[in-house]
Amino acid sequence: MRKLLAIAAAVSFVVGPAVTAHADPAADQATFQNYFKQKFPNVKFADFSNGVYAIDADSRSQWQAIEEFPPYEAAIEDGERMLKTPFANGKSYADCLENGGIGIAHKYPYFDTTKNEVVTLPLAINECRKKNGEKALNLNRGDITSLLAYIAFSSRGKTTSVEIPNDAAKAAFESGKKYYYTRRGQLNMACAHCHVDNAGKRIRADLLSPSVGHTTHWPVFRGAWDELGTLHRRFAGCNEQVRAKASAPESTEYRNLEYFLTYMSNGLPMNGPAFRK
Amino acid sequence: MVSIKRRTFLKGTAATGAVVVAIGTGVLKPSNVLAAWPEDAFSQKTSAEALSKLFGTASITESGDIDLKTPDIAENGAVVPVSVSTTLANVQSISILVDKNPQPLACSCDLTGVVEGYVSTRIKMGETSNVIAVVKTAKGIFSTKRMVKVTIGGCGG
Amino acid sequence: MATGTIKIRAQLSGDSTEVKALFKHDMETGLRKDKTTGEKIPAHFIKEVTCEHNGHLVFTAKWNVSISKDPYLSFKFKGAAKGDTVKVSWVDNKGDTDSSTAQVA
Repeated sequence: MRKLLAIAAAVSFVVGPAVTAHADPAADQATFQNYFKQKFPNVKFADFSNGVYAIDADSRSQWQAIEEFPPYEAAIEDGERMLKTPFANGKSYADCLENGGIGIAHKYPYFDTTKNEVVTLPLAINECRKKNGEKALNLNRGDITSLLAYIAFSSRGKTTSVEIPNDAAKAAFESGKKYYYTRRGQLNMACAHCHVDNAGKRIRADLLSPSVGHTTHWPVFRGAWDELGTLHRRFAGCNEQVRAKASAPESTEYRNLEYFLTYMSNGLPMNGPAFRK
Repeated sequence: MVSIKRRTFLKGTAATGAVVVAIGTGVLKPSNVLAAWPEDAFSQKTSAEALSKLFGTASITESGDIDLKTPDIAENGAVVPVSVSTTLANVQSISILVDKNPQPLACSCDLTGVVEGYVSTRIKMGETSNVIAVVKTAKGIFSTKRMVKVTIGGCGG
Repeated sequence: MATGTIKIRAQLSGDSTEVKALFKHDMETGLRKDKTTGEKIPAHFIKEVTCEHNGHLVFTAKWNVSISKDPYLSFKFKGAAKGDTVKVSWVDNKGDTDSSTAQVA
């Protein structure tokens, strides 16, 4: 068993919980989720889908005030219209996506055993477009976030259910896990330092969210962006915040990271789209 | 028939915050007439001056019957949810001020008889400040306040 | 005249109707500077919101620049029935206007 220990005397940089080097994703997931359950014993498991709002009452009430009439409503309507509008060639998203794309967000990302890669929902949308002679959409912002908003909205309440079907998928999972625990950037920090070790603590004016539940609520209308954005857009932002070079959205490393993170959140309800600070 | 396109404002005391609009012939439609937007009150740089312009020399009493809901620490100073709720009877207006904003008076709402003593909105706050709710009823003018902290920096950008 | 900038919900509960409205508007304070030109971005904000119930004015909000971008407003009033019409209108400092209606649900 290899513990990923990063020792920095002054700061809590011990990366726990002990996640094994052997490919046993189910055990990793149980350890990971138990760590957060113990760290935040007053949080009902399903509430982890709400991130910091599950662990801080003052910000929760502000968030609820915004969600009463959220700024992403128009995007959901636009997304429904886009999803149901046929392509120029007469076909539509229904020809690629199960159930026409409605209510399927909890099944993503999945490991495509033919193509041997992780397929995320934005990737699936653009593949469908390319296959039908349409231009691919920007993967960070804009129209794709409207489509994702509607699909997410139609999937609310469904349970995150990511599967690891074979060894190649396990390898992708392990690759994402390794990324998550690897230090990067000028600040030399791993994802786990903030979102595992220091979850619930403040970094200047912000509360660090626990990693469990990170993937349930996308796309997100971030106050800082003043618009909807994708998960990979946020990955890039986090990279930049530790002064690491960001990757492109839907790059292999981001897809594997998403695969790892979503599997670790299995069992949590989908609740996108969502507003976040 | 000539419809009036310019509004005439009565300067000076407007103790009831009343709307005074010069009406000639023609029909006034509420949706396209500005009911005396209190420019004077809105442009004041202190809460005291803004309230003085809005309500004249009438005194304002602190009241425990106004429930002002604000966060303790604003997540985002540009979008701070605020709601004012009161059990006081015959509410005529509800106003909200942000003490440290360059122009403290954020809004002033006129309620007709069927409207309940409640208003909710989202305001901008430039820095940590008191948020003040002022309720005018048939019996007088009442207020309450809450301190809201505004911080920046972190991961949120 | 602007269009489609107001979303309204009017929900009846007992004898009280709660009106919630979300507006699309920059609510520019006039204090911000354009990052490229260094010039102040001119103020552009909704000055007044009016609400009518079945054609009668019930509520007026007078706003200044401290109201948030894409503003939100909620209030409650009595005397409405399911199916009644609630109309919300705004005027901004440039004289632009918009209005929208919804049925009390």
